[in-house]
Amino acid sequence: MYRSQVLICGGTGCTSSHSLKIIEAMEAEIKAAGLENDVNVVKTGCFGLCALGPIMIVYPEGCFYSMVTVDDVKEIVQEHLLKGRIVKRLLFKETFTESNDVKSLNETDFYKHQKRVALRNCGVINPEVIDEYIAMDGYQALGKVLTEMKPEDVIQTILDSGLRGRGGGGFPTGLKWKLAAGNAADQKYVCCNADEGDPGAFMDRSVLEGDPHVVLEAMAIAGYAIGATQGYIYVRAEYPIAVERLQIAIDQAHEYGLLGKNIFDTGFDFDIELRLGAGAFVCGEETALMTSIEGNRGEPRPRPPYPAVKGLFNKPTILNNVETSANIPQIILNGADWFASMGTEKSKGTKVFALGGKIEHTGLVEVPMGTTLRTVIEDIGGGIPNGKKFKAAQTGGPSGGCIPAEHFDIPIDYDNLISIGSMMGSGGLIVMDEDTCMVDIAKFFLEFTVDESCGKCTPCRVGTKRLLEILDKITKGNGTLEDIDKMEELCYYIKENALCGLGQTAPNPVLSTLKFFRDEYVAHVVDKKCPAGVCKSLTQYVIDDEKCKKCSLCTRVCPVGAIQGTVKNPHHIDQSKCIKCGACADACKFKAIVKK
Amino acid sequence: MKSLEELKAIRDKAKSAINVREESDAGTRIVVGMATCGIAAGARPVLNAFAEEVNRRGLKDVMVTQTGCIGICQYEPVVEVYVPGQEKVTYVKMTREKVAEVITEHIVNGRPVTAYTIGAYQN
Repeated sequence: MYRSQVLICGGTGCTSSHSLKIIEAMEAEIKAAGLENDVNVVKTGCFGLCALGPIMIVYPEGCFYSMVTVDDVKEIVQEHLLKGRIVKRLLFKETFTESNDVKSLNETDFYKHQKRVALRNCGVINPEVIDEYIAMDGYQALGKVLTEMKPEDVIQTILDSGLRGRGGGGFPTGLKWKLAAGNAADQKYVCCNADEGDPGAFMDRSVLEGDPHVVLEAMAIAGYAIGATQGYIYVRAEYPIAVERLQIAIDQAHEYGLLGKNIFDTGFDFDIELRLGAGAFVCGEETALMTSIEGNRGEPRPRPPYPAVKGLFNKPTILNNVETSANIPQIILNGADWFASMGTEKSKGTKVFALGGKIEHTGLVEVPMGTTLRTVIEDIGGGIPNGKKFKAAQTGGPSGGCIPAEHFDIPIDYDNLISIGSMMGSGGLIVMDEDTCMVDIAKFFLEFTVDESCGKCTPCRVGTKRLLEILDKITKGNGTLEDIDKMEELCYYIKENALCGLGQTAPNPVLSTLKFFRDEYVAHVVDKKCPAGVCKSLTQYVIDDEKCKKCSLCTRVCPVGAIQGTVKNPHHIDQSKCIKCGACADACKFKAIVKK
Repeated sequence: MKSLEELKAIRDKAKSAINVREESDAGTRIVVGMATCGIAAGARPVLNAFAEEVNRRGLKDVMVTQTGCIGICQYEPVVEVYVPGQEKVTYVKMTREKVAEVITEHIVNGRPVTAYTIGAYQN
């Protein structure tokens, strides 16, 4: 029995800032203080506030320590754990009121607007200990399903809940199950898509790292519902912590008889194996993913036939995303009505977003569907740093689009996002401020899709390449107005003709920036200017002679020797040599160097 | 795993080990003085005994925590009990043995054990 528990984040974000070393130091220090029987150190999954990592929470007080270093550990043990004096300098500033009171974490802006369903155990339990998952009602849903429900009742519950696929498409999960259940076969499969590939998205990784058992439980439930006995989790090898914890979870579930033969003595058999992806974006597409599991090159194939009819090894298969799976045990335990009570008319439940880009609190948040972009960015995310202005938010990664400031109050759900030319996607949400060039953003995503195109169909292989060439031409100042029109036409052509989802959605970043920020494209083409000052070919650094004190500092910091001038003599930038790195502007104490 | 009962048994056992991680809202707080004086007088076993007893009885919304020196070092170990809406009760010269009684009488039945309070010692 421990009187106090110290939870330390072992997710990828905090691990990269040495949280594992902090855990080691903490254990050693606790032992040195003779508290090893009183205080327990627990490695958990992600708490969500990655920007403030490494994160440590000390219970029972619930003190939220942020940006902890190994050097702070001794003080925390000596002061807090030994004497009960909270180390205030390390507290997350929002949990600390002026009157010196420590506020509950759930009252902070970051957490109070959130509703955690898929992430409910992340940052609460030790993902490597099955007992902790069971303590949070883990595997109760599987038990209930196997002992009390018929497969068709399970499917009906998921249908009634209104759960839609969280991987991006938003297809009703219950309907997917129903279709697969209706196809008779000697073998069926349940697959979990853990091949999260959007740049900036890490929702699924956090669930896998923080609560791996929930995915196993959901897959077993799905197996029972459709009549499958084998499951595969396709997870990318770039997620080593997730892979490790999934394997630990599978082994532990076997040991407890929650996977394997005759689960709960009901005669139901179900097993799960891991398959590692080599990191191809296209393998997140369902047909390519299954081709890859079969051991072939990960390329998509035309649909129909849909996987529910002919999927993995040509058998009926269902494929659910990680976050979708994380909702399923909760729906079984709390009922379809509970789930359907959250969200909007057509998008039920909650959605996890990975906040990134120009935002104060980079991290992971889960909000009810229908929450406005403003709440997510300003209230939860803490707004844009350095007093800059919000310009746009990018959702859906390379398949999605940009949402401009004029749609800041739009309730986020599947249909609303599609109506403004973006999509929910898997949940990456990249915030951009006034210093972001929208043409450059479109180019960034196109570079990604060109790289990741598998090459099987021409519209995607050649079309995206041509798109990127035009974008490159525009950002270099060589574009024409005809180029913009040509580009738009090409976008629609690719959308209509590409084989799989990757190609069909690849032009979205271009189309949505064209829709909302056409003036920026025009500025690049007609005025040969980049309004945000990002595109290097279209910007110049110049010295304002009136402000310049002729100190010659800039001539010394310039890495390419492009600035001429000596002390007390006029300085001048040679534009043919300048590489536009901005080092001179950063170094100048008189703000005499400006970007034009 | 052969039955739901078996799973529930594991759950109940594991649950008590992680109870402390739940944020108890504005419930009763048992605060043990854990400055040098308190620790020297034996506050640590008292703190642990409180934590164990609360857990054994499965008391929800009771938080066992610690504080520094409150200035009456001669009476250590000092334990303060805050029940919402009631005046604070200060127990002094606490021992492991007194803990079960304080929990039963005060926390569960709502009758402070006056014999152990500071008032009893000062009079």
